Amino acid sequence: MKAITWHGKHDVRCETVDDPEILNPRDAVIRVTSTAICGSDLHLYDGYIPSLKPGDVLGHEFMGEVVEAGSASTLRPGQRVVVPFTISCGRCYHCSKQQYSGCENGNPADKQDMGRELYGQPMAGLFGYSHLTGGYSGGQAEYVRVPFSDFGPLVIPDDSIDDDKVLFLTDILPTGWMAAENAGIEPGDTVAVWGCGPVGLFAVQSAFLMGAERVIAIDHFHHRLELARRFGAETIDFEQSKVYEALQDMTGGIGPDASIDCVGLEAHGAFADNIWDQIKVSTLLGTDRGHVIRQVILATRKGGRISMPGVYGGVLDKFPLGALMQKGLTLRTGQTHVQRYLRPLYTAIAEGKIDSTFLISHRLPLDQGPEGYRKFHDEQDTCTKIVLKPGLEALSA
Amino acid sequence: MKQEQLSETVERDDAPITAARDIHPDRTLVAESVTISRSAQDLYDFWRNPANLVQVLENLVSIEVRDRHRSLWTVKAPGGNEVSWESVVTKEEPGREIYWQSAEGADVANSGRITFADAGDRGTVVRAVIAYSPPGGAIGRTIARLFQREPRLQTRRDLHRFKQLMEAGEIATSARNRRQRDERNEDQALAEKRT
Repeated sequence: MKAITWHGKHDVRCETVDDPEILNPRDAVIRVTSTAICGSDLHLYDGYIPSLKPGDVLGHEFMGEVVEAGSASTLRPGQRVVVPFTISCGRCYHCSKQQYSGCENGNPADKQDMGRELYGQPMAGLFGYSHLTGGYSGGQAEYVRVPFSDFGPLVIPDDSIDDDKVLFLTDILPTGWMAAENAGIEPGDTVAVWGCGPVGLFAVQSAFLMGAERVIAIDHFHHRLELARRFGAETIDFEQSKVYEALQDMTGGIGPDASIDCVGLEAHGAFADNIWDQIKVSTLLGTDRGHVIRQVILATRKGGRISMPGVYGGVLDKFPLGALMQKGLTLRTGQTHVQRYLRPLYTAIAEGKIDSTFLISHRLPLDQGPEGYRKFHDEQDTCTKIVLKPGLEALSA
Repeated sequence: MKQEQLSETVERDDAPITAARDIHPDRTLVAESVTISRSAQDLYDFWRNPANLVQVLENLVSIEVRDRHRSLWTVKAPGGNEVSWESVVTKEEPGREIYWQSAEGADVANSGRITFADAGDRGTVVRAVIAYSPPGGAIGRTIARLFQREPRLQTRRDLHRFKQLMEAGEIATSARNRRQRDERNEDQALAEKRT
């Protein structure tokens, strides 16, 4: 089969690799019909996440058709499924608490050592996201082996709902929703959202649905800010305006009640701390650029709430811990517990309450994946979301 | 064998002895625990049947049962070798704990116990405590660590494979297909042979 493989920083290829097979009873093999490139794939592309190996198949946002099911799978060939990016067993303690991204049963025991060293406990297995999270082949491919297929995948019963409408249930839509949920939004709140990529834009929508009175969206890409404005957000372009000053003034000197960092470890902008962080990253003295989370902590009102869906991988200097404490802030974060949100969000989509198709700026055949990565990386203003369609080549051929 | 019981001396905290700072750096005692969402009796019953352990213990080549209490264990060792010894269950309480000890003359003298403690709605805490004498002492253990045969690491991995099998019904592999799974195993075997 054809698949998008990682070979090093800014080097991804479309290659022919061995097809996947059923290895465990709960497995299924899916023929991928749609798969997206995620902002967090760019962290891999830029070499920020350790433990990838040349030839690893990328991709954790995908859906498709079941072609084969293991003896303990509940799926049947021919069913259309959306697959969560977290590989969770559904039966352990973490799963029973609906903390699905805490499930260790999908991460092979011999892959758990590094997570334990880095984070104190191993991470869940994730598709196509380094060997820290299991070393699974991802979904930017024609076929994928999906473990725990009786628990994770959501069967899309309605064939009239096309892929574009439900694909983002795999990751970014639940991630945007959980981001807003973690911000503990109360009616009348003013919520500030840093980063208007897909997760940020879904967080804007979700915050309004949860009762926020005002949402202030922050970015420097005009097209993305325009999309946020379309959903009712006020905007701050950090190249035009000073974010902290603007936020204080726009909130009567109090600061936003809740703040959401949808940026993570690759913050843009020529700020002194960012440059210092970048120097350390390039000299292997550090891993994360933390301009956004620092600013979030300073801007948020006393007693306010911070939600941090943005991905961080390592350690950070000059973290304003004093401000966090003195202001009595609450910080909530984590990899998304996708399985918790799949069904309710599917219902919201089917009822027309949430639209996610506006995001898709490009649809490309799978073999143009490497070009897709370059575009998504270099043209972030207009390139909001790239969907790869493994079937497109055949159609256009 | 009471591994937990401390020498006569002064006041100690309540942490397990295996976490002590003043334990000998060449310690030959490891302890690992894991919480499994199944009843203690289920886990005990599974563990007590030697035929079940081959899929769980990564380095186990075979267990040859001699009688209810005696069995011959063969495990992979560094350098592509195998090590065998006779293991004797010295004490057990069904559903609670199993103690074992290697018989006289074992290459890797070892003893230990595995306990199954009820943990309410979290299931059961399974804890393994193992005392061993590795081949070649500290050097042997350094080599072993390089090839992931270090007993503590191995014990942890094995307990997590046990957890996966008992909770999820299968042991996780991230291989894409049989060929990749076999290649990964071969890579490991080759690396061992190069010692």
